[in-house]
Amino acid sequence: MRAACSCNEFSRAELLRRSAAQAGNGLPAIEPGMPVPAGTGLSRRDFLIGGLGTSLAVYGGGKLSAALLQNGIAQAAAFATPSDRILVSIFLDGGADSLSLLFPNGDPQYRVLRPRLALPASSGIAFAEDSRLLWHPSLAGLAALHTEGKVTVLPAVGYDHPDKSHFTSRHYWQVGATDHSLLTGWMGRYLDAYGVPDNPLQGLSLDATLHPELATAKVPVSTLDAPDNYDFSLPQIKLPLQPQIMAMVSDLGARHSKASDPALRQAGEVASQVQRLRSQLRPFQGADGSATVKSPVAYPASQDSFPHRLAGLAAMLALGLPLRTVALRAPGMYDTHAAQANTLAQGLKLTSDSLLSFQRDLEARGVADKVLVHVWSEFGRRAKENGSQGTDHGAAGTGFLIGSRVAGGMLGEFPGLSGGLDDQGNLKPTSDFRGVYAALLEQWLGADASKIIPGASSFARPTLLK
Amino acid sequence: MLKTATGLPVYTKAFGAAEASRLLWRAGFGPRKGDVARLAKLGLHGAVKSLTEPAAEQLTGPPPTDGRFPIAPNDAVGHDHLWWLDKMVRTNRPLIERMALIWHDWFATSNTGVRQQSLMLQQNQLFRDNALGSMSDLLKAVTVDPAMLLWLNGVQNTLRSPNENYGREMMELFTLGASRGYTEDDVREQARALTGWTATQLPGAGATDFRYEPRLHDPGTKTIFGQSGTFTWEDSCRLCLSNPQHPSYFVKKLWSYFVPTPPDKATEAGLEALYSADHQVKPVVEAILQHHALYTGPRLTKPPVVYTAGLLRATGRGIDSSLWWKLDTLAGQRLFYPPNVGGWDDSRWLDTSTFRGRWFVAMLALDPVRINEQSGDSSLPAEPKKLVDHAADFLLTTITPDSRILLNRFAKAALPQAQRFGNAPAIVVNSLRQLIATSPDYHTS
Repeated sequence: MRAACSCNEFSRAELLRRSAAQAGNGLPAIEPGMPVPAGTGLSRRDFLIGGLGTSLAVYGGGKLSAALLQNGIAQAAAFATPSDRILVSIFLDGGADSLSLLFPNGDPQYRVLRPRLALPASSGIAFAEDSRLLWHPSLAGLAALHTEGKVTVLPAVGYDHPDKSHFTSRHYWQVGATDHSLLTGWMGRYLDAYGVPDNPLQGLSLDATLHPELATAKVPVSTLDAPDNYDFSLPQIKLPLQPQIMAMVSDLGARHSKASDPALRQAGEVASQVQRLRSQLRPFQGADGSATVKSPVAYPASQDSFPHRLAGLAAMLALGLPLRTVALRAPGMYDTHAAQANTLAQGLKLTSDSLLSFQRDLEARGVADKVLVHVWSEFGRRAKENGSQGTDHGAAGTGFLIGSRVAGGMLGEFPGLSGGLDDQGNLKPTSDFRGVYAALLEQWLGADASKIIPGASSFARPTLLK
Repeated sequence: MLKTATGLPVYTKAFGAAEASRLLWRAGFGPRKGDVARLAKLGLHGAVKSLTEPAAEQLTGPPPTDGRFPIAPNDAVGHDHLWWLDKMVRTNRPLIERMALIWHDWFATSNTGVRQQSLMLQQNQLFRDNALGSMSDLLKAVTVDPAMLLWLNGVQNTLRSPNENYGREMMELFTLGASRGYTEDDVREQARALTGWTATQLPGAGATDFRYEPRLHDPGTKTIFGQSGTFTWEDSCRLCLSNPQHPSYFVKKLWSYFVPTPPDKATEAGLEALYSADHQVKPVVEAILQHHALYTGPRLTKPPVVYTAGLLRATGRGIDSSLWWKLDTLAGQRLFYPPNVGGWDDSRWLDTSTFRGRWFVAMLALDPVRINEQSGDSSLPAEPKKLVDHAADFLLTTITPDSRILLNRFAKAALPQAQRFGNAPAIVVNSLRQLIATSPDYHTS
């Protein structure tokens, strides 16, 4: 299977360039003259309908009939489709060490394979489903939520014939198949099938750049550093015609979003989505242009933007903004080839503490039933430590499903370090990520997974919800 | 005549301003005043040669400051970015700096793992010195470069405890491509061959005294790509470059930095033949820069620092603010901090977030050269269309017919609207400059 992929492979950069070129196909035309939504003090519902209504005019003469367009807007605004649930994907970048996240304290091989890295038993937190395993002390927040039945643990999730390249393996997870040639993300294909042509917030990358799992072929998606930070003015520089200029940015974008040149088209699509996103995020802009997110709970104080982004996400969800799939990168560095202990502990602690705050925030705002968080990494790490007090690339990793509606407990067994390692000394998977995706699509988003995950019928579906 | 291998197509139509401008953007950081006409006059071959065989480095314009003081690239946060951006803006050797940027992406090393700006700048000089030289020299220099030894754990890779990090990436990302021509066993054997490098940790000062120590090297027999021997790090490099999968990976990856569509079969074969002879980079780059696909094919999105440097070159402005590193970070590219060892994702430079970063870059670049909006400029034309030309000429760029229609319309509508703020033509020209600098046209070349 792998040989077939490698024989005719162009460089990864080129693959990605092609994917971007294709991601523009089928975007609806947007007509010039998009107005800046006027007025402040609109109520939430009024904003959504009013705000989307003002933007609606600009799509009037495009490929869509007015009726179809009304329908799409109404769906997004009324927020009443079966998929008024939100799926949040959180990526532990670099291959997080599954044998540390939940460490097999009770496995006799653990201290043999990890003479220097093994965590002391006294530091771990008990894990009810498998007495061999203990939670990493930095994951106290997730352990607490797990006790409440709000975290499902996947102790060994992966796929057969694991690839140990960061880029290949994360590509598989991002596209939802062990396929080099897929050019759209698995969440992106969900949006292409079930999303609307005019709502960039339906696929939101809360990051500096777009997460590839959200890459679509047809419908728009967006990228945002933080929801309360999307102004286009600098305090020290004043453009007298700024509103007219912003409207023209959108017009230029719309014009080029039909261009035959892929780069020009992509730039045009982005420019036209900027104005759309600005209008959607208007509730975060005060009259003076300043804006803040007010959270009912405390988030960890950190230089890293992750807790701030989660706080913003909770606020957006409480406002009823039409989000469906969201992707973020967790803080921390998980490619721990050397001096693993401290690096891993820091990243895990900020990630776990922030996720705990996020769950409490959603509960306080009364929207916790709408949100499911999926935490994943491209692989786990080698069972045997290397000589640099680190670990090299491995196979099966740890995943988490978090939310008020998840089934809790454990999904798949921990395979153990005696019979559970492959011939290269890496953990074998006991659940397949494609089965998890298919189950998320079917059970959480109410979608037909066979339209989205290649070969979906061949993967067992775990039960994910209560 | 430039040396090209048989079968490599060369662009043969007229080499005018449009072609010269595209070449300057793809092989550098866009034109400074007069560059387009000068290059067009040289013809394609002469223009390419002027880039691949430039005169000695000369930096023109005011030296960089952070707004108050001279920059401190080895020490101050963000000043590493300012230092390199300044070179991109002021250099007379744009292709050399652009190649250094390509190697920075190719052998992507981040200061998040190195934590010493001085070592990052030392590596940067290596990329500049080997910009158009031999891949063999470059790979060997990178393999034992201090920043790389820290970044991919070369200093932790020892006889007693091999660390696979560099051995894997040197094949997957630097020379062969994922799963091309190597196995997991080769990864482990490469790690053994690469052992022997170490450094001394000075408390408070980080790693220093990078050196090879035979006692740390694994002297045993290794089997790599089916060949056996008591290989060392130099053998590792040699074996990667002589792997039959290397030339195709190399030429296609290099090509992708200049041309957004893959080379056709004949071109690919020609480039491989050209490269395989002696692993020299310059002839391959010269062939790509002369290829008709560069001039007749689709546009390429400018990387954020290329965009920023280009605006500063066009406006004749130097580095006089520490904001540039922050704004380029917003735009998606902080130099010396690529997102991971795979480098930046060149397909996704533009999105709703990075667009905002570029918007601010344009605002800041154009601010000090704005025409006074109260007193105006009596030489400005009155006709809306001519104001559009004026703004485009100022940015040393041209605009597509699609944008032209809309910008003409904008200028016409904006003139009466601008009157209540001051001198209308000045305000409209300043607005048009911002619009052109952030148009889909200008984000691509």
